[in-house]
Amino acid sequence: MIAVVVNGEAKRLGGATTVAELVAELAGDARGVAVAVNSEVLTRAEWATRKVAEGDRVEVLRAAQGGC
Amino acid sequence: MATVLESDPASAADTFEVAGCQIGSRLILGTGGAPSMEVLGEAIQRSGTALVTVALRRVLPGVEGSVLDVCQRTGVQVLPNTAGCFTARDAVLTAKACREAFETSWVKLEVIADERTLLPDPHELLDAAEQLVGLGFSVFPYTSDDPVLARRLAEVGCVAVMPLGAPIGSGMGIRNPYNLAIIREQVELPVILDAGIGTASDAALAMELGCDAVLVASAVTKARDPGAMAEAMAHAVTAGRLAARAGRIPRRLYAEASTSAMGLAEL
Repeated sequence: MIAVVVNGEAKRLGGATTVAELVAELAGDARGVAVAVNSEVLTRAEWATRKVAEGDRVEVLRAAQGGC
Repeated sequence: MATVLESDPASAADTFEVAGCQIGSRLILGTGGAPSMEVLGEAIQRSGTALVTVALRRVLPGVEGSVLDVCQRTGVQVLPNTAGCFTARDAVLTAKACREAFETSWVKLEVIADERTLLPDPHELLDAAEQLVGLGFSVFPYTSDDPVLARRLAEVGCVAVMPLGAPIGSGMGIRNPYNLAIIREQVELPVILDAGIGTASDAALAMELGCDAVLVASAVTKARDPGAMAEAMAHAVTAGRLAARAGRIPRRLYAEASTSAMGLAEL
């Protein structure tokens, strides 16, 4: 198990979790979703191969209502 | 685009161009503040808009259905924003996230100075705009009504400028129409009035001042009847645009009779 912070909350994950798996678990539908790890925005292509590592700070973001 | 104005030839052909794209309506709708997705969908439809703004926020587990479904259903294009960013750094990161989330390089750049005024931070805004242009984004900056800042934003390569009429959500209308007129004159990019609109006449005034388009959010989404207000805004934008093109009469201090005095009876 590794300790990470996802959207500001401490979380324990299986060691080999990829970003794509984390997105599937949290968001389900990946439409309108973006991910940043340690203040670096990942491209969608990176999700499948990038493993979440011990201590990572992960932000999983999704489309929301907004505008002045 | 489903629109109440499609049958109106005066407006149907009156698109505007930004970043090489023709936008089918001069009314842009912000999606913030709508009480439900149903209400938002109705407002989008009745506004006749072709472009709506959306934000990015942390995923909430278990929440299904998103603003994107409404956008897809109504056939509108999405303009992601960086709402809530206070620094150029955060705005650039958020814009990059938007590009991944929405698969568009268009971004409405908002870099605000503080929570109370939500006014743009000019220094951070210009810095972020310059960085994002360098990264290949089409940048639509939310800016103050300062003509010099608008000019600087144009110089660094933004695709439009979006000056405020009044603070976000204030509904105070256009507080400095003279500055807007100067921006219109000095910036060759599309000028899109952003923020401050309270009611339809404010949107009409923006268009009369020569703006290319108007962005409205709270004035519609928080109106008692958002759908009806959306339709009112659509008419206001069309009316204001037509009036601007028609050319208003000059303002005078004293009266000028429209009826000739020639042939006046001597009774």
